[in-house]
Amino acid sequence: MMSRKLNETDSGALFLSGNEAVARGAWESGVHFAAAYPGTPSTEILEAIGEEYPEIDAQWAPNEKVGMETIAGASFAGARVLTAMKHVGLNVAADPLFTLSYIGSTGGIVIVSADDPGMHSSQNEQDNRLMARASKVAMLEPSDSQEAKDMVGEALRISEEFDTPVMLRLTTRISHSKSLVQAGPRREVEVKGYRPDIAKRVPIPANARKMHSRVERRLLALEEYGAESPLNRIEEGEGSLGIITSGISYQYVKETFPEASVLKLGMTNPLPWKLIEKFVGMVDRVMVVEENEPYLEERIRARLLVDVTGKDRVPIEGELNPELVREALDPEADTSLTYGELELPARPPALCPGCPHRGAFYCLSKLKGSSTGDIGCYTLGLMPPHGALETTVCMGAAIGVLSGIEKATGREEMERLVAAIGESTFVHSGITGLIDMVYNGNTGTVMIMDNSVTAMTGGQENPTTGKSLRGDPAPRLDLKELCRACGVKNVRVVDPHDLEEMEKVLREERAREELSVIITRRPCIMTYRPRRRAVAELDPGTCVSCRMCMNLGCPAISWDGEEGHPRINSMLCWPNCNLCVQVCPTGALSKDMGES
Amino acid sequence: MAARVTNVLICGTGGQGILTASEVLSSAAQAAGFDVKKSEVHGMAQRGGSVTSHVRYGEKVYSPLIERGAADIVLAMEKLEALRWLHFLGPEGRMLVCDLEINPLTVNIGRAEYPDTDAMLEDCGAPYSLIPAFDVAEELGNMKVVNTVMLGALASRLELPAEAWTAAVEERLPARALEVNRKAFEEGRRLAG
Repeated sequence: MMSRKLNETDSGALFLSGNEAVARGAWESGVHFAAAYPGTPSTEILEAIGEEYPEIDAQWAPNEKVGMETIAGASFAGARVLTAMKHVGLNVAADPLFTLSYIGSTGGIVIVSADDPGMHSSQNEQDNRLMARASKVAMLEPSDSQEAKDMVGEALRISEEFDTPVMLRLTTRISHSKSLVQAGPRREVEVKGYRPDIAKRVPIPANARKMHSRVERRLLALEEYGAESPLNRIEEGEGSLGIITSGISYQYVKETFPEASVLKLGMTNPLPWKLIEKFVGMVDRVMVVEENEPYLEERIRARLLVDVTGKDRVPIEGELNPELVREALDPEADTSLTYGELELPARPPALCPGCPHRGAFYCLSKLKGSSTGDIGCYTLGLMPPHGALETTVCMGAAIGVLSGIEKATGREEMERLVAAIGESTFVHSGITGLIDMVYNGNTGTVMIMDNSVTAMTGGQENPTTGKSLRGDPAPRLDLKELCRACGVKNVRVVDPHDLEEMEKVLREERAREELSVIITRRPCIMTYRPRRRAVAELDPGTCVSCRMCMNLGCPAISWDGEEGHPRINSMLCWPNCNLCVQVCPTGALSKDMGES
Repeated sequence: MAARVTNVLICGTGGQGILTASEVLSSAAQAAGFDVKKSEVHGMAQRGGSVTSHVRYGEKVYSPLIERGAADIVLAMEKLEALRWLHFLGPEGRMLVCDLEINPLTVNIGRAEYPDTDAMLEDCGAPYSLIPAFDVAEELGNMKVVNTVMLGALASRLELPAEAWTAAVEERLPARALEVNRKAFEEGRRLAG
C-alpha cells in the first residue's frame, strides 16, 4: 500500500509516478469504474484509485480476464472504465480483448498494459505494442507522468469518438518514475445507462463479419486522426539525421541528443503514416529508437520502403537507458567511466525473515523433495539453501505442469514433487488446473501456500482475505471447501511454521496414491506487525556448530566463522517466528514467543 | 548546452527505506523550484535485494535514469552497495556511505564472503565520507532515524536551500518523530560538512 497522500505544492504541481498519474487522469476524466488484478509494474494504479479517488468504484478482480470482462460490461452500460495489468496479464485477458475490439465501446474504455523491459519483476519481456496491433485497438504511449495523466483523458475521448477500446501502454520506467504533473479537477460524466444492442454486442458470425469491416474502417479513420493530433509531433532540430521514437525512449533521445530532429509518437497504433512520410522526407537518414521489438522500425521499413537504422544499433533485449541510446546514435562517443564496475558478491532477493513460505520449503528440501512452481514470492523457493522449485511458466501453471509430469512419468516423480502455488495465484488461474487433476485421475499433491495476501506485488487483498480493495469487509473464499467441491478427498491445512507437522503432512500426502491438497496457512509478515519485540538468543556454550540453523536461509541469521556459531541480527529477527529454535538440535537457540 | 542537472543515486538493500529517502530529496528539490524526476524498481527486487533510486533535478530534466559515470553523489545506505554502484559516480562526484554492513544471502549461507569493504573504499580512488549513522541514531535513542542522518549528510553536499530541506523533512517524515528527525538531520549535516 502507498503510505502517503499525494503531494500537492503551492504551484499546484503533483510529484507523481506514471501509475499515480494514470489514476489521477482517470479521476479527472470522470472514470466511473476500474478493475484489475495486481501485477508489477501496474499495481499502484488501482491502489492509488482506491486510496485517493473515492468517486471511482474500484475493485480487485480475481484475474485480468475477469477484470477486462467487468469493465466491458460497465462500458456497455455507458460508464467510463479502466482496467490495468502487467504485460503478461494481457495474455490472460486477451480473449475478451480481441472481441471487445470488435464490439467497441459505449462508455470510454482504457486498457492499461504496463510492460516490463528488462524483466525487473517478470518472467518474459513481451512487447504489448504487438498485442495492440494484433487486436486492432488504438494505442497511446506516454513518455512521462504528465502525459500518462493527460493521455487517459485523450484515450477516453478517442474510445468514445471512434468506438474502440484504447490501450495505454506503459513500461516500468514510466510506471515507476516520478515527475511533476499539472493536475486539474474532476469532470463528471454521466453514465449513459444500459440499452440492449444485439448487432453491436453479440458477435455471431453474421454480426461479427460486419463488426470486422467496421474495425478496418475505424483503423483508417484513426490513422487520419493520428496524423493531425498533437499526440504525434515533429520537433525540428539540426543535422541530417531524423529520429523516430516513443515512450521512455523519447526522454533518452532528448537527454543525449537535444538538438536532433525528432518525430515523437504518442499514438502508436494505428501509425500516423502521413506524418511519418513527411518526417522521413525532411531528413537524410532515419533512425528508430525503441525498446525491445522493432515494432516501429519494421513497419516503417515495410510501408515506406526506406532504409532505417534501428535494431542493428539499439539492443532488442533489456531496457534502454541514456548511455545505450548515446552509443547507438554515436558509436564513436567516449563512454569510458571514471570508476570501473567491481566484482562483488551478488545480493539476490530472498524470502523475508519470518516468511511463512520458509517453513514449507525448508521441509520440502529436507525431504529431498521439490516443486513445480508458480508466480509469487514463493518462486524464491528455488534459491539456496532450499533449492526446492524446478519449474515456473505462468500464473497457475504449477498445477498443470505437475499433472503433465505425472502423465509422462507415472507415480515416481509424484513422491518427490508438489505443485507450489500461492492462494491468490490459485484463485487467479489454479482452480481449473485442480479440476483437471480430479477429472483426469491425477494423484499428485498440490500445496496452496496461503499467506492471506497477494504479497509479491506489495500486499493486496484478494477473494480469500475477507477484505475488498478499499479494505471493507468482503466474503472470504473458503479454499478448503472449494478444493473439496472440486472433488479432492484429501485436503489438509497446516501451519508451515510447525515444522514437525509440516514435514509429516508433506511425507504422507506425497506418498498417498491419491490426489491431495495441502493448504499451508500462515499470514504474510507484511499483513501485520506484532507490537512486542522478541529476538532469538544463542547460548554459545550449548551450540555445537552443526549449522542446522543455516539451512533455513533466514536473512536474520549469519555464520560467525571465528566463533563457530550463528549470529542473530536483532533488527531483522521477526518476533512471531521461531524456526531456528525448532531446527536447533541442542537447544542453543531460544526465543520468548509470548502467548500465541 | 542544456542547463546543469544534479544527479543523486541512492542505493542500499530492500527494506532500508531507500524509496522514502529519495522521496525526501525529491520534495526538497521540488520545493527549491526545480524540475525533478526519480526512478526506481518495485516488485521482486525489493525482497532484500539490491535497491537503487535515481533522483535528478535541474531546470529541465528528460531522462529519469542517471547515466553511468554521471552521478554527483552516490548516497549508500550500506557499504557493499556503495561499491556495487561506484561506477555510476562521475569524475567530480563523491560517495556518502553509511557505516553499515548487511550480509547478502550468498554470504549468509557461506557461498561468498563479505569483502573487506573498508579497504576497497580506501583503494577505489573515489572521494567518500563514511557516516556513522547507526551510532548517531543509537545516541538519539531512535534506530529509525538512520536514513535521516544520511539525508543530513547529503544536504551538506548539495546546494539546496535549508528551507527546502526543512519543508521536505516535515512533509515526508512522521510528525510525532519530527524533533528527533531534525536532530538526526543536523548531526548528519555536521558529520559530512
